Amino acid sequence: MMFYIILALGIAVFVGVLGYIYRVFALVNLSKNSGSTFERRAGKSAYVNGLLLIFMFVAGIAWILWYTYAEADRYNLPEASSAHGPAIDSMFWTTTVVVFLSFVITNALLFFFPFIYRFKENRRGYFFADNHKLELIWTIVPAIVLAVLVLMGWKTWSNTMSEAPQGSLEIEVVGKQFNWMVRYAGKDGKIGKHDFRQIDDDNSLGMDFKKDFKTNADDFTASELRLPKGQNVLLKIRSRDVLHSVFLPHFRVKMDAVPGMPTSFWFTPTKTTEEQRAELVKLGRPGAADFDYILTCTEVCGNSHFAMKMKVTVLEKADFDKWFNEQKPWAVSNKEYLQKKGINVSGLALN
Amino acid sequence: MGTAHIDLHKVADAHAHDEHEHHEHHDTFLTKYIFSEDHKTIAKQFLITGLLWAFIGGLFSVLFRIQLGFPDADLTWLKPMLGDWIDKEGKMNKDFYLALVTMHGTIMVFFVLTAGLSGTFSNFLIPLQVGARDMASGFLNMLSYWFFMLSSILMFVSIFLETGPAGGGWVIYPPLSALPEAAPGSGAGMTLWLLSMAVFIVSSLLGSINYITTIINLRTAGMTFTRMPLTIWAFFITAVIGVLSFPVLFAAALLLVFDRSFGTSFFLSEIYLNGQALHHVGGSALLFQHLFWFLGHPEVYIIILPSLGITSEIIATNSRKPIFGYRAMIGSILGIAFLSFIVWAHHMYMSGMNPFLGTVFMFLTLIIAVPSAVKAFNYITTLWRGNIVFTPAMMFSIGLVSLFVAGGTTGIHLANAAIDIQLHDTYFVVAHFHIVMGASAFFGMMAGVYHWFPKMFGRMMDERMGYVHFWLTFLGVYCVFFPMHYMGIAGYPRRYYSFTQFDSLNTFSDMSSFITISAMIAFFGQIVFAFNFFYSIFKGRPAPENPWRSNTLEWTTPRFPQHGNWPGEIPHVYRWPYDYSKPNAKEDFIPQHIPYSETPESNLPHEEIFVEQEKEYEPERFGSKS
Repeated sequence: MMFYIILALGIAVFVGVLGYIYRVFALVNLSKNSGSTFERRAGKSAYVNGLLLIFMFVAGIAWILWYTYAEADRYNLPEASSAHGPAIDSMFWTTTVVVFLSFVITNALLFFFPFIYRFKENRRGYFFADNHKLELIWTIVPAIVLAVLVLMGWKTWSNTMSEAPQGSLEIEVVGKQFNWMVRYAGKDGKIGKHDFRQIDDDNSLGMDFKKDFKTNADDFTASELRLPKGQNVLLKIRSRDVLHSVFLPHFRVKMDAVPGMPTSFWFTPTKTTEEQRAELVKLGRPGAADFDYILTCTEVCGNSHFAMKMKVTVLEKADFDKWFNEQKPWAVSNKEYLQKKGINVSGLALN
Repeated sequence: MGTAHIDLHKVADAHAHDEHEHHEHHDTFLTKYIFSEDHKTIAKQFLITGLLWAFIGGLFSVLFRIQLGFPDADLTWLKPMLGDWIDKEGKMNKDFYLALVTMHGTIMVFFVLTAGLSGTFSNFLIPLQVGARDMASGFLNMLSYWFFMLSSILMFVSIFLETGPAGGGWVIYPPLSALPEAAPGSGAGMTLWLLSMAVFIVSSLLGSINYITTIINLRTAGMTFTRMPLTIWAFFITAVIGVLSFPVLFAAALLLVFDRSFGTSFFLSEIYLNGQALHHVGGSALLFQHLFWFLGHPEVYIIILPSLGITSEIIATNSRKPIFGYRAMIGSILGIAFLSFIVWAHHMYMSGMNPFLGTVFMFLTLIIAVPSAVKAFNYITTLWRGNIVFTPAMMFSIGLVSLFVAGGTTGIHLANAAIDIQLHDTYFVVAHFHIVMGASAFFGMMAGVYHWFPKMFGRMMDERMGYVHFWLTFLGVYCVFFPMHYMGIAGYPRRYYSFTQFDSLNTFSDMSSFITISAMIAFFGQIVFAFNFFYSIFKGRPAPENPWRSNTLEWTTPRFPQHGNWPGEIPHVYRWPYDYSKPNAKEDFIPQHIPYSETPESNLPHEEIFVEQEKEYEPERFGSKS
C-alpha cells in the first residue's frame, strides 16, 4: 500500500513540476509576444534542432567507429571453428561494409540537410518534383549491389546446406525441456531408429529396440557433444517435446529441432578446444584458459530456455577415436532394462 | 465542442445524405462519444486506446529490461506491483519474464502499431483527405472499434490470470503454445490470446474493407488516384494487404484452437511430455510457421506503410517542396505490397524447411530492398534545397527516415540466408526489427499525432515539449537498439532470461545495463508526450484552420469539423497535393482545391490543358468567358 502512495505522490509531483515548467515557458513566450506563425517558422528552434542533428550524427558515427574498432575483441567471436564458418563471416563483413557506407552517406545527407536548408522567410524551396534519370540511377545501383550480394550469399548458402558427404560421422542431437541429449552411432556408423512411444525415464531417446535392435545395439550416449577435428560431422537433430534450436555459435551452426520432423546440419570442426584456448590466451581474452565451446538453444521453449546448454569439446581425431572406442553402448549398460521390456539381449555380447 | 453547431440541412449539397444528418440533432453523449459512427471520433477512440496500450507495452519492456540489465539485482521493490511474480529472493519469475516479452510484442505489433496507427490515421484522414462526408459505412466503422475494444479487454484480462498471460513469444509457435502442460504461459493465457486475436482480426477486416471502399467510391470531384496524397495511397494499400493476409492468421489461430482443445493434430506430432507420449501424429509444426508468417510478414508492412505515408506528407509540407518522385513513391508502395506476400519464409531459413526454398526466398527478399531504398532516397531528395520548417512532426519524420535506413540496411544481412545461419534469433534480429519497423513506425505515429493534432482537437500541442520528447526518444531508441547489433554478432540468443549461465556469453553486462537505462530514459520521454497531449487537448493554444500551410483537403475544414466534415459543399480537387514553392506562385503553397485557372502566374506549360478542362466542365465559374 505504502508503495502505491509513494508512487502516486511521485507521479503527482512529477506532473506538477512539468506543469509548472510548462507554465513558465508559456508565460515567457507570451511576454516575448512571439505568437505569429511566420516568426515561429523561422525561429531559433530550427537553429538549435538543426545543429543538434548534425552533432548527433558526428558523435554517433564517431562512437560507432570507435567502438567497432576498440572493442572488436569483445563482440567478435573467435575466428570460426568450422570449415564453412569463414565464408559466412566474410559474407557478413562484406555486407556490413557495403551497408554501413550507404548508412553513413544517406544519414549524413539526412542530418545535414535540415540545418543547411532551414527555413528562411525570403527563400523558397526548389520546385523539384521528379527526375527520371536520378530515379533510375538509384533504382538500378542498389539492385546491382544487392544482386552481387545475393549471388555471393546463394553460393555460401548452397555450399553450407548441401547434402552431407558420404562417410560423415553421424551424431544425434535431441532437444527436450530443458536440456540437450546426444547419441553416437557406435561402430556400425548408423544411428538406430527411434519411436517416441518408446520413451520413458530410462530410454529418454526412445530408441526402438523392438523394430531395430541391430543398429541401436551399439549406439552410445554422452553427456557432452564431442567432435573430431577435421572430420565431417552430420548432426541429426530432433526434438522430443516443443521446438528447440541447435546453436553452435563458434561453429556458425544453427538448425531448429522440430518434433515429428527430423532436421540435420553437417559441418567440419577445424580447431580443437585446446587450440581455441591457446588462440584466445594469445589474444589475451579474459577467461581464455577455461574456454569451452557451447551448444545453446535459440528457439524459445519454456521458462528455462536460457539455461539449456551443453558443453562441446573438439578433440584431435586420434583422441576422439580413442574416446569413441572406449564408450560402452547404451544397450550394454541398460541390459536389465531391456530384458524387463522383453527384448532379447543375447545379441549384445557380440557387439 | 466549443463552436456553434452548423446546421447541415441548410446547406445545399447534392451529396449530403439528408436522412443521415437528421441523427445529428438527437446525439446523446452515448452516440456522440461512445458508440459514435463519426470517423473522427472513432479515430480518436483508436488513438487513445492505442496510446494506453503503448504505455502498457512500453512499461512491460522496461520491466524485462530491468531483469536483463541488472540480473543480480534484488527486485523486491517491484513486489507491490507484480506480487508473486517476484519470488522471495527478489528474482523475477522466469515464466513471467517470457510472458512480458510475449505481451510486449503482441501489444506493440497488433494493438499499438496496427490498430493504434492504421485505426487512428486511416479513420481520421481518409474521409478528410479524399473529400468524403464520412466512411462508406459508419456502422461497420463503429463495430471495428468496438471489436478492437473487446479484443483489448480479453488481452488485458489475460494479464491478470494466475498462470499469467501467453508466454511463448508473440509468434506463438506450437507445440509450445499448443500444450498447456509445457508452460504456464500456454494455459488460459494462450486461450485468451487466441480469442483476443480472433476478435482483433474481425476488427481489422471491418476497418480495412471500409477504408478500401471509401477510397475507391467516395473521392470528391477531381480527386483522381494520381491526385491522392501519399498518405491515402499508403492507407489504401495497407488495407488491401490486411484484407488478404489477416484471414490466414485467423485460420492458423483456429487450427491451433482445435489442436489445443479438441485433440486434433494439425501442428503436433510425436511428442513426449511430462512422462507421457501424446497421441498426436502426422501434424506439422512448420505448417503453423508458414501460416503465421504469411500474415506475419505482410504485417510488418501493414505497420510501416502508414507511417511512410504520413512521413511523405509531413516531409513535403515542412520542406515546402513537392515530394520527390510522387509516381515512384506510389510504385514502390505497390511493389512492396506485392512482394510482401512472397517473402515470408525468410523468417524460417533455419526452421528445417528445404534449403532450396531458402534460396528462393533469399532472392525475393533482396528484391524488396530496392523499392524500400527508393523511398529513402526520395525522402532525402525532398529535403534537398527545401525550406525546412522544424515542427515536432517534421523532427519525428526525419527520425523515421534515419531509423528506416538504419534498420533496413541490417535487413540486407538477415535476408541473406548464409548470414542468417549465425544471426537468426540473436540480438541482431532484435535490433533490426525494432529499428526498422518498431521504432520507425512509432515515429511515424508520433509524427502523425503532432501534425494532425490541430485538426483532431482544434488546439496546438506545445512545440518545446515536442522537441524534448523527440530528442529523448530518438537518442533513446538508438542507444537501446544500436548496441544490440554487437551482442548479436557475439551470438547472444533472444528471449533469454539472463546470460549469467554462460561464461562465453556474459561479456556484455555493462552494455545490458546501459541499454536498460536508455530504455528507461526513452520511456520517461513518453511521459513528457503524455502530459503535452492531454494538457493540449484542453489548454493548448487554439489552432488556426491550416497551421502548417498545407495543401491537402483536411485543412479546408473548420477548426472543429462537425459530422459531415465540410459545412458547405465538399471542395472539388484540381491539382495534386504537392504544389509547394511553385515558381511564381503568390504563396509557397497552393492547396488542392485551388483551380489552375485561378493561378495563371504559376501554371507550368503542361498544366495549361487543365485550365481548358476546367472551362469545359465548370463553365459556371468562368461566367461570360464561356
